Amino acid sequence: MSIERTQNSSSLLRRADELRQALHGSFRDDVVKAIYADAESIAGKAVKGRGGRTTFDQKLDRVITSKIFGMPIMLALLGLVFWITIVGANYPSQMLAIMLFWLEDQFALLLTFLHAPWWLTGFLAHGVWRGLAWVIAVMLPPMAIFFPMFTFLEDLGYLPRVGFNLDWLFSKAGAHGKQALTMSMGFGCNAAGVIACRIIDSPRERLIAILTNNFVPCNGRFPTLIMLATVFVAAAFPPAYASLIAAGAVVGVVLLGVLFTFIVSWILSRTVLRGEASSFTLELPPYRRPNLIRILYTSLIDRTAFVLWRALIMAAPAGGVIWLCSNIRIGGQSITAWTSGWLDPFGHLLGLDGVILLAYIIAIPANEIVVPTMLMAYSGASMMFELDSMSELRGLLIDQSGWTMLTAVNLMLFSLLHNPCSTTIMTIWKETRSRKWTIVGALMPLAIAFAVTFAVAQIVRYVAG
Amino acid sequence: MNNDIELQPSSSACGGCRSCAVNMRQLGIDAAKFDYVVALAGNPNTGKSTVFNRLTGLKQHTGNWPGKTVTRAEGGFEYEGGKYKLVDLPGTYSLLSASVDEEVARDFILFGRPDCVVTVVDATVLERNLNLVLQVMEITDRVVVCLNLMDEAKRKGMDIDHRSLARELGVPVIPTIARTGSGFSQLLQAVTGVINGSIATSPRKISAHGRVKDAVDELSELVGERFPGLPNARWVAMRLLDGDVEVKNAVDSGELAALAEGLR
Repeated sequence: MSIERTQNSSSLLRRADELRQALHGSFRDDVVKAIYADAESIAGKAVKGRGGRTTFDQKLDRVITSKIFGMPIMLALLGLVFWITIVGANYPSQMLAIMLFWLEDQFALLLTFLHAPWWLTGFLAHGVWRGLAWVIAVMLPPMAIFFPMFTFLEDLGYLPRVGFNLDWLFSKAGAHGKQALTMSMGFGCNAAGVIACRIIDSPRERLIAILTNNFVPCNGRFPTLIMLATVFVAAAFPPAYASLIAAGAVVGVVLLGVLFTFIVSWILSRTVLRGEASSFTLELPPYRRPNLIRILYTSLIDRTAFVLWRALIMAAPAGGVIWLCSNIRIGGQSITAWTSGWLDPFGHLLGLDGVILLAYIIAIPANEIVVPTMLMAYSGASMMFELDSMSELRGLLIDQSGWTMLTAVNLMLFSLLHNPCSTTIMTIWKETRSRKWTIVGALMPLAIAFAVTFAVAQIVRYVAG
Repeated sequence: MNNDIELQPSSSACGGCRSCAVNMRQLGIDAAKFDYVVALAGNPNTGKSTVFNRLTGLKQHTGNWPGKTVTRAEGGFEYEGGKYKLVDLPGTYSLLSASVDEEVARDFILFGRPDCVVTVVDATVLERNLNLVLQVMEITDRVVVCLNLMDEAKRKGMDIDHRSLARELGVPVIPTIARTGSGFSQLLQAVTGVINGSIATSPRKISAHGRVKDAVDELSELVGERFPGLPNARWVAMRLLDGDVEVKNAVDSGELAALAEGLR
């Protein structure tokens, strides 16, 4: 009896597989379409009178989530947000820098007046304080502009539409459509994005979303990207277009990050995390009138202040460490010089240099402080450098540190692709509880970053002769 | 209001309250032995929990589904002398994909063999909610649709012909307002009617065309031959065509055979 049953069952399953193959995997789509068509016709017969959401909402959705306009509208909005951020952050950043560095001098004078030893003055004023000042000047204005706009779009109900627009791309990559949402969260903070992956039920697709979240730049990395775009990419163009070009460059980098998300998801879902994409229903909530008070509270208190505070906590010791490394001399050379000199050949291979790599190592706890760390290392032990404007920054990097366009481009690429910060790595561990996947999550992006920057450097050098 | 039931604590049994009009008594978790099992399905945000609470009272047993971290709420009520266990399924939009919620809901409808599945739908977004109804009706014939949030639909200027809807779906459709309890006596009547067979249902099946239809028809027949007595051979066939690993395992392990035996 049981043998007969097994035979019957396996022949049944075999036939099912044959029929399934013959339908070329389109069965699910056909059934879902049939269900939707049935539901539409039944509801159409039973429901009289206009109802549901206002027709305006539906009209708006038809444009915003349409196949033709959906993507361009999304890109235009993204570009606009970055453009406003870049243009708007420029002056406040400069003013903050001037003010905070003036305070640094006053602080140093005060310490000298109090007969503090030179090393204490250096450590506190030119190390810790300068680290904090950099973080505030570089990060606060863009965040205070970017976050309210981002929260506005979120409050309006636009983000689920982004998920809707990107769904088909993700399912092409063998990943879950909700990954569009977790990816959007990653723009705010990758650690938050990794936690958000809980909304994906399938463990396979959730892991893909977690491992690729790092490829969208978080707010800690945006200032680096914005600075590089403004100082290098935009400076090569007439001032009238500079900010537009800078915004375009940041959008380009973001798109590249999204592209890498797709490519890596696709590769993962065809190799180690093989499987089919599962379908899901994303409810498009009605558009809401954004609540200004709530936007300001969420964006300024929950996000700006939170990220800034975290950055400051990390920047204070990092500033101190950098000052010490620049001032403790071994055999006539500072520790910074030793390490960066040692890292230089490797950095050169990647189109970067030793100081940049050193900055990234020091900044593992928080990506926010990469730029300040780098600048402190460049400006060296003398600490006489004060950067009041972007042109002086340009001067420091190009004239004194030998930067080229290749350095800037590769730094943007490296910043986009490199390993997640330690908080994100910790979060990956907490979410996956797997040592293996945590290591993959940390090292895979780094390997990709090395490979891409190496390739770009070699190609550029080969072409340039 | 004459058909409405009022919320009464289960202790104050039938003191001339209006619930006597429908002979309904909330049992919470008191009832030890149940005569029937009723499952409550529906999309999220359709007022499913309100329906659940109105039927069972505020006392309910919550725990997890075996082996899953999805909350499972259970309660009971008594109606016209019969004791009913009500099991609240996770709110889902569909029963197709592999999310834990959908799996739990689907498994209970399939293997838990409830005597009736009440599917709560939001009348204001009927079309979207019907997707789930159509899928539930593929698994079981014993379906009652609870057309909830009728007050909101009315406020939005919608006029829903529930008779036409019932005709199209082939199962009873009861308009309700769970917040006030309006329509609940009819809902309970429909549930008992479906259970004792006085209301015959003939659920509409998902339409298929062309090669899909041929494949579904052929495989349904094979499933029917293999598992005589299985009421949802067509659904099993469709799941197999979709490559559903769990249903495949149920066929392989004999779990489905046991189910068919039990239903014979």
